[in-house]
Amino acid sequence: MKNAKLWLVGYVIALGVVLLAPLASSSPDGLEAVAEEHYFSDKAQDPPFQIIADYVFPGIENEALATILSGFVGVTLVYALVVGLAYLAYRRVGARTATSHTG
Amino acid sequence: MIISDSLLLLAESGGQPLHAPDGFFSMPVIAAGWIVAVALLAIALRKTDRLLNERMVPMMGVLAAFVFAAQMLNFPVAGGTSGHFVGGAFAAIVLGVWPAGLVMTAVVATQALLFQDGGLGALGLNITNMGFVSIFVGYGLYRVTARLGAQGVALTVRAFIAAWASVVASAVAVTLQLAASGTTPLEVGLPAMVGVHLLIGIGEGLITAAALSFVMATRRDLLNLSASAPA
Repeated sequence: MKNAKLWLVGYVIALGVVLLAPLASSSPDGLEAVAEEHYFSDKAQDPPFQIIADYVFPGIENEALATILSGFVGVTLVYALVVGLAYLAYRRVGARTATSHTG
Repeated sequence: MIISDSLLLLAESGGQPLHAPDGFFSMPVIAAGWIVAVALLAIALRKTDRLLNERMVPMMGVLAAFVFAAQMLNFPVAGGTSGHFVGGAFAAIVLGVWPAGLVMTAVVATQALLFQDGGLGALGLNITNMGFVSIFVGYGLYRVTARLGAQGVALTVRAFIAAWASVVASAVAVTLQLAASGTTPLEVGLPAMVGVHLLIGIGEGLITAAALSFVMATRRDLLNLSASAPA
């Protein structure tokens, strides 16, 4: 299949982008900065639970490594989630079309 | 005390995306966000069903992976503030509006559930703003400017304009929701939010133009997948 490479290359590019994440600016982003400036940042509620909060993988001393690892986990997860669901839907639609053709 | 604690928390956050948290929006606004998001998702699921093929399926995954990764790269803008790529316009230009909506939803939902980036209650609003608002505005402008041309510099310029406007539109949507929630009045919020996102949008535009140029140079057959798919 011609697209076999596409699956892998796109995924690897995304992992490569994650490697840059430790270099990201640590300044507050647009909404945060406005919230601080206009005194409503204190309204932000803490999340009811934390899994990989702030893109820092828990239990890893090196912060750059923890950030990269959390990015790898996120990239892999959204990739698998979207491809998995889309592929299931694709097969289901394919089956339906095939049935309607034979029926 | 609470303010200084949260400032400390923000300072320690490592500068990653940080989508709108819970607490900024009132109950009615949160509910409205969910209603809009769910309604648009229902349409997106139905429309995307017909577009799925052997190129669309992997490309949706690749776009989700790339958007997630690129959103982690906060870049500095003026005044000790940062911004980050959203990706709605880019996803829509490559995939089409409805598959892009599903991709952005998957990214934003994963960020909220697993990475505590964006509130769980505010997820409907975040899906609406960063997903559908940026997609509709970005893709709309990309189409409106079609006369400029579909190659080279013209395409790059169209992508830049579309992406820049998509970020500003998202910021306007958030500001309207903040005002409706009684968090910050429009006449205060609008200049502040639009001002900073005019700058952040430049980053969005540059990344989108670069990424699109890369796709054009390597696999131009992957552009505009919705239009090329058999109806």
